[in-house]
Amino acid sequence: MEPSISIKNLSLSFGSLDVLKDLNLDVGQGEFLVLLGSSGCGKSTLLNCIAGLLDVTGGQIFIGGRNVTWAEPSQRGIGMVFQSYALYPQMTVAGNLSFGLKNAGLPKAEIEERVNRAAKVLQIEPLLSRKPAALSGGQRQRAAIGRALVRDANVFLFDEPLSNLDAKLRADLRVEIKQLHQKLSNTMIYVTHDQIEAMTLADRIAIMRGGQILQLASPNEIYNRPASKYVAEFIGSPTMNFFEGDLEETGGTYRFTTGGKTFSLDGYAFQDGPPAAGAAWFGIRPEHMVSGAEAEASPVRFDGHVELVEPLGSDTLVRFTIGDRTLWVRMDGQATVRHGDAISVGFDPARANLFDKTTESRL
Amino acid sequence: MSAATRPARWHRNISAKVAAIPMIITAVVVFIGGTAWTVLYSFTNSKLLPREKFVGLAQYERLWSSSKWLISIENLAIYGAFSLVFSLLIGFMLAALLDQKIRFEDTFRTILLYPFALSFIVTGLAWQWILNPDFGIQHVVRSLGWESFNFDPLYNPEIVIYGILIAGLWQGTGLIMCLMLAGLRGIDEDIWKAAKIDGIPMWKTYLFIVIPMMRGIFITAIVLIASGIIKVYDLVVAQTGGGPGISSEVPAKYVYDAMFLSQNLGQGFAASTMMLLTVIIIVVPWAYLEFGGKRK
Amino acid sequence: MTKAPHLLKGSMTYDTAMETGPDRALRHGDGSSSGNRMVEGPAGRKPRKALSRRNILIYGTLIVVCLYYLLPLYVMIVTSLKGMPEIRLGNIFAPPVEVTFQPWVKAWAEACTGLNCDGLSRGFFNSVKILIPSVILSIAIASVNGYALANWRFKGSETFFAILIVGAFIPYQVMIYPIVIMLREIGLYGSLTGLVIVHTIFGMPILTLLFRNYFASVPQELFKAARVDGAGFWAIYFQIMVPMSLPIFVVAMILQVTGIWNDFLFGVIYTKPDLYPMTVQLNNIVNSTQGVKEYNVNMAATILTGLVPLTIYFISGKLFVRGIAAGAVKG
Repeated sequence: MEPSISIKNLSLSFGSLDVLKDLNLDVGQGEFLVLLGSSGCGKSTLLNCIAGLLDVTGGQIFIGGRNVTWAEPSQRGIGMVFQSYALYPQMTVAGNLSFGLKNAGLPKAEIEERVNRAAKVLQIEPLLSRKPAALSGGQRQRAAIGRALVRDANVFLFDEPLSNLDAKLRADLRVEIKQLHQKLSNTMIYVTHDQIEAMTLADRIAIMRGGQILQLASPNEIYNRPASKYVAEFIGSPTMNFFEGDLEETGGTYRFTTGGKTFSLDGYAFQDGPPAAGAAWFGIRPEHMVSGAEAEASPVRFDGHVELVEPLGSDTLVRFTIGDRTLWVRMDGQATVRHGDAISVGFDPARANLFDKTTESRL
Repeated sequence: MSAATRPARWHRNISAKVAAIPMIITAVVVFIGGTAWTVLYSFTNSKLLPREKFVGLAQYERLWSSSKWLISIENLAIYGAFSLVFSLLIGFMLAALLDQKIRFEDTFRTILLYPFALSFIVTGLAWQWILNPDFGIQHVVRSLGWESFNFDPLYNPEIVIYGILIAGLWQGTGLIMCLMLAGLRGIDEDIWKAAKIDGIPMWKTYLFIVIPMMRGIFITAIVLIASGIIKVYDLVVAQTGGGPGISSEVPAKYVYDAMFLSQNLGQGFAASTMMLLTVIIIVVPWAYLEFGGKRK
Repeated sequence: MTKAPHLLKGSMTYDTAMETGPDRALRHGDGSSSGNRMVEGPAGRKPRKALSRRNILIYGTLIVVCLYYLLPLYVMIVTSLKGMPEIRLGNIFAPPVEVTFQPWVKAWAEACTGLNCDGLSRGFFNSVKILIPSVILSIAIASVNGYALANWRFKGSETFFAILIVGAFIPYQVMIYPIVIMLREIGLYGSLTGLVIVHTIFGMPILTLLFRNYFASVPQELFKAARVDGAGFWAIYFQIMVPMSLPIFVVAMILQVTGIWNDFLFGVIYTKPDLYPMTVQLNNIVNSTQGVKEYNVNMAATILTGLVPLTIYFISGKLFVRGIAAGAVKG
C-alpha cells in the first residue's frame, strides 16, 4: 500500500545550522508514529515541515501520494494539535472549531454538522459556547483536538500535546488519544520527549538526534533491541547499566571480560551474525537483573553494597556499588533492603545488549 | 502540480511585503534619504532655497563663529548636564520612596507624572507665569516683607537657562521616576530578603546591589534624557522665546530660525548636522555597549 | 537581527496585557509573625507605631514633593478665575476673591492671534482635525508593520526595521527640510493632510516597535494554528491578532493622542496660520507682543490646551504609564 506520508531526502538549515539532514521517512496509512528525542533533536522541526509551517531547504514531502513540499499548510489535508493548545482566545470553542472550515468556504450547515460530530466524539458538547479562558487544561486540549478533528483530515499532527498538563490528566488524555486513533484509524504523527507516551501510543517510534533518525522501530524492538548505545540509554528509567570491557571469541563461543570478571555470552542473539572480538559495551536494564535467591541461579552474578534505596511502591529502585562502579537494579516493591546492606545480583546475558566500543552500534 | 515546484522568491510572503511598503519608504526615503540630503546640502551656500553651489566647510566656519550658536551650545551643555544629573537623582529617589510599600502609591504616582502629559508649550507658559518677577514668586516673597529678594531667572541673562531647567525637570522627572520604579519592581524580591538576612542596611543595599542591577534601566534613562535634551525647543519658545536677547537660545531653535525665519538654509543644515553628530556621539557608544559586546 | 534593548523592557507583551491579578505582592517582610513560640519571649504580632520616624520621613517628603508638582496647576487655575485688577494687586498663590469665568470665555472665543479674533476654538478644532486621522492612520500602518515584522519576516525586513529604530534617534531638525520639499512636490505642504503624513512618519518607529514586540509575545503556535486553518496574512491580522490585542491598541492610542496633541514643532512648520494646531495658537496668543497682557486669559488658554492630554491621563491611569514606558524611546 502507498504510504500515507513519505519524506524524501528532507533537509532544513537556518544559515549554517543544519537542523534536519537528508532525512527519509515513510509513514503507513493509519499508522501511529511517535517522533521521540531530547530537546533540539529536530523532532518538532520535522513536524513543522510536514505541516508546512517551515519552508524546507531541500527534499520532498508527500502526503497521500501528493507532493505537498510547497503547498500551504491548509492545503495539505492535515490537522494539527499544539502543546499550548493555541486556541483563539476571543472565539468560543465552536468558533475555534469552525474557523478553519469558514476559511475553506464550507456551507454553514456542513460546518455545524461537523462541529457537532467532533464535539460528540470528544464529549465537549456542553463547552461549545464557552471561551477558552473558561476551560480547564484538559478541556482546552480536547477542544484543540476537536479543531483538528473537524477538518476530516487523513493526517493528524501532534506537537507535544500533553506536555502542559499535570501527570494525572496526561495519563487520562493519553488513553483518550489512543482510543481516538483506534476509532478514526487515520495517520497520526506525534512529537514528544516523554518516553512513556511514546511507548504506550506508538505503532512505531522514531528516535531522533541531531536532525537524523537513529532508529525507527516498534516500541518493543526499541526497548529490547536498541540499535545504538544512545538509544539504549535514552529509553528506560533508570537508565541501562553499562559495563566497559572486551569481547573475546574462542571456538564459536563468546565471552565478555569486565573488571577482572569474565562470563559467557551464551544465548545472546547478535545483530548481524558473529562479530569480531574487541572492545565493547555490555548493557543490562535494571529490570532485567535479579537479586537474592534468584541471583544464585543466574548465569552471571555480582556482589555489591546498597548505596541508595528509592521505594516507588510498585517497585523499589536500588543503587548499589561493585568496586568503584555504580549500578541500578529494579526490585520488588516489598523488598526490604537498606543502605549499606550487602547485595547479590545476577542476570542472564541473553537479555543483555552489546555495543561496539567505537561506533556504539549494536553487536 | 504547482505545489511541487518552489514558487518564485519575491512572490512568497507577498502580502507582508506590500504591507511593509510604508515602513520601507519611511526608513529609506525619509530617514536615510532625508538625513543624507541635509548633510549634503550643509556644504552649500543655500539661502532662501536649496542650491547646489558647494562651498566646503564655509557654513560650519560661520556657524562656529556665530555668538548665537555658541550661546546655544553653552546653554545646551548647562541644561543637559543639570537635567541629566537631577532627573536621575530625583527620579530614582522618588521611585525608591514610592517603592517602600506605602499607601496611596497610585495617588502619589499620578501626581508626580501628570506634568508629563502636558506639552512643553503648556509647561513653559505655566512656569513663565510663576517665574514672572512682577507677579510670581519674587513678587510674593517681597510682599511678605523680604524687599531685597531676587528671583527673576527668565529676565536675567546670566541664569535664564536655569529657569528653563526648573520647568524641564518639573515636566520630565515623572517619566524617569516611572522607569526607575519599573526597574525596582523588576528586582527579585529574594535579593531584598537575602540582604535583610545578611543584615545589610537599606541604603547600602540600594547603592551596592540594587543600582548595579538596574544598569540597563539607568542606561535607558540616560539615553532618553539625552535625546530629549538635544531636541529641547518648544519649552524655550514658550518660556522665553530665546531671550532676554539671545541668552536662552538652543541649537534646535537656531536651526528653526535659520531655516524658516532668516532664510539661511545652509546655516540651518549645518547646525542640524552638528546636532546629528552630537546624537551619534551619544548613541553609538551606547549601542556598542548594549549590543556590540554581546554579539558573539 | 535586532535584539530587544532594555528600552523595550517596559513595553507591553501579550502576557502582561492579559494578566489581571492584583498588584505586586508586598516587597519587604513586615516582620509581624516572627516570634519563636517554643521559648519564652516575644509572641504574636510585633507592635508597630503608625507614626514611626521612617513613615513621617517618607510621607512627609512625598507630600512636599507632590505639593510642588501640583503648584503650577493650582496657580494656573486660580489665575484663570481672577479678574485682571485682582491679579495686579494680589499674590498668585491666593485663591480668587471673586470667581469669574470671563477669562475662559475670552480664551476660547475671543482671544486674538494676528488678525483672527475667534479665540482658541479655531486651534482646538484644527487639532481635532489633525488628531483623528493622524491617530488612525499611524496606528493602522504601524500595527500592520509590526505584525508583518513579528510573524511574516521576509528577507530584509529586519534591516528596514533597524533603520526605522535608528531613525527614531535622529534629531527631527535633520529631516525637517527634506520633508518640506517632499510635501511641496506632492502639493501637500501647508495642509492638514501633509501634517497627518508627518505625524504618521514620525510615529512609526515607536509604534511599530510597540506592536512588533506585542505580536511577537503572542504564542507562535496560535499563528501556526491559524495557518493550518487556512487563514492568510489579512485574515490572521483581522480575525486573530487584532481582536486579542485591544490593550496594545489602547496604549498606542494614548501615546499618539498625547504626542500629537502636544506637538508644536511640526504644527508650526507644516501648516499655515489658518490651520495652526492648538499648541501653536496658544503660544501665539500668550507670547504676542501686542496689546495689554491678560494673564488670566493666558492661563485659561493654557489650561484649555492641556485639558485633552490631562483628561486622557487621568482616565487611562495605568495604561498611560505603560504607554509612556513603551513610548519613552520617542524622547
